[in-house]
Amino acid sequence: MKSEAQKKERTMKLSLPTEELMSSGNLACQGCGATLAMRYVLKALGQKTALCIPACCWSVIDGPFPYSTLDVPIFHCAFETAASSAAGLKAGLEMVGDTETTVVAWAGDGGTFDIGIQALSGAAERNDDILYICYDNEAYMNTGIQRSSATPYGAWTTTTPVKHFKNRPKKDIDAIMAAHRIPYQATASIGYPEDLYKKTKKAKEIKGTRFMHIYAPCPSGWKSRPEDTIKLARMAVQNCVFPLYEVEFGEKYTLNIKPREKKPIDDYLKLQGRFHHLTEEHIKMIQEEVDRNWGRLLRRVDAC
Amino acid sequence: MKQKKKAEKIIFESEKDVPLMPISLGPMLWNRTGAWRNIRPEINLTECIQCGICWKFCPDVAIAIENEFPVIDYDYCKGCGICAEECPTKCIAMVEERK
Repeated sequence: MKSEAQKKERTMKLSLPTEELMSSGNLACQGCGATLAMRYVLKALGQKTALCIPACCWSVIDGPFPYSTLDVPIFHCAFETAASSAAGLKAGLEMVGDTETTVVAWAGDGGTFDIGIQALSGAAERNDDILYICYDNEAYMNTGIQRSSATPYGAWTTTTPVKHFKNRPKKDIDAIMAAHRIPYQATASIGYPEDLYKKTKKAKEIKGTRFMHIYAPCPSGWKSRPEDTIKLARMAVQNCVFPLYEVEFGEKYTLNIKPREKKPIDDYLKLQGRFHHLTEEHIKMIQEEVDRNWGRLLRRVDAC
Repeated sequence: MKQKKKAEKIIFESEKDVPLMPISLGPMLWNRTGAWRNIRPEINLTECIQCGICWKFCPDVAIAIENEFPVIDYDYCKGCGICAEECPTKCIAMVEERK
């Protein structure tokens, strides 16, 4: 092995820093997307970070008392208070003269789209100096795959069984946050770690409320194979289900990745067991919905 | 240089040792998640092009870069298979776990 290794003279060029603030031994499922999201975000934010985590998958992944899988301080707060706890933590740190630490509210889609939205809206309105990160796995995965308002049209969950699957589209949280005119917001995907890293770095430097929406596939809840996690995240960007863009002050839209050719949604749906019951008609409806959203985003980008 | 963390369980001798606030005192490294695995990844280093993609996409931080080559830590690898799926030269094979 070693002699073969010496033959090659290529040097390894890594696109991300090697420092790890997340350790092994965490309690995430196999192929978890949320763990990857945390790994990339902490690589960008560095040691001077404090996290506020409400009830979500990450409050379990982190480990039981007295252990923690992360090397940064974490404050486990109540479900609906991620943004307000983070705002309070930041205010407290400023009182004792610490202006360097980045305070991050790290919530899942339930804690952002449904339960935490009033605290988030309040913090955004006050323009508190926090970075709010929502990792979106499209249902309440921690408690056993219940429907949330981030669940897309047609998806199976335990509260929307196959006969009565969800018949409403996903809530457009990015448009809601854009309406708050916050200094910076972005969508990112674990399929594109360099893009996610760059956006987190950018968000770190900005003062005021920053919002990031990270797409994190969940093999257990989506009934997909664990090895397809990255593939699904990449496909969602390529077929415009989850476009990657940034918004500054609710006005300046920048599209980061524009797929060369927009792929049909079929392959993406076929990889996930939660969409197996859909008929051709439903898939056509979902495709139309995706096209409409994509067209709307392109119009917004062009208007800038 | 950071100190290497200990993979030990924390045991409180008496009630007095328990901190008043529930704070974390150590890492989760004692939890060897390798036992969750049914299939294990094995890297064929002769075909490895040192792209670092397996390291980048490992959700369990179980792949380290040593001497410019990826090395899998079987104590913590959960066997999700992301590395084998994403490898551009397909030099990582998922093989049945030995008993």
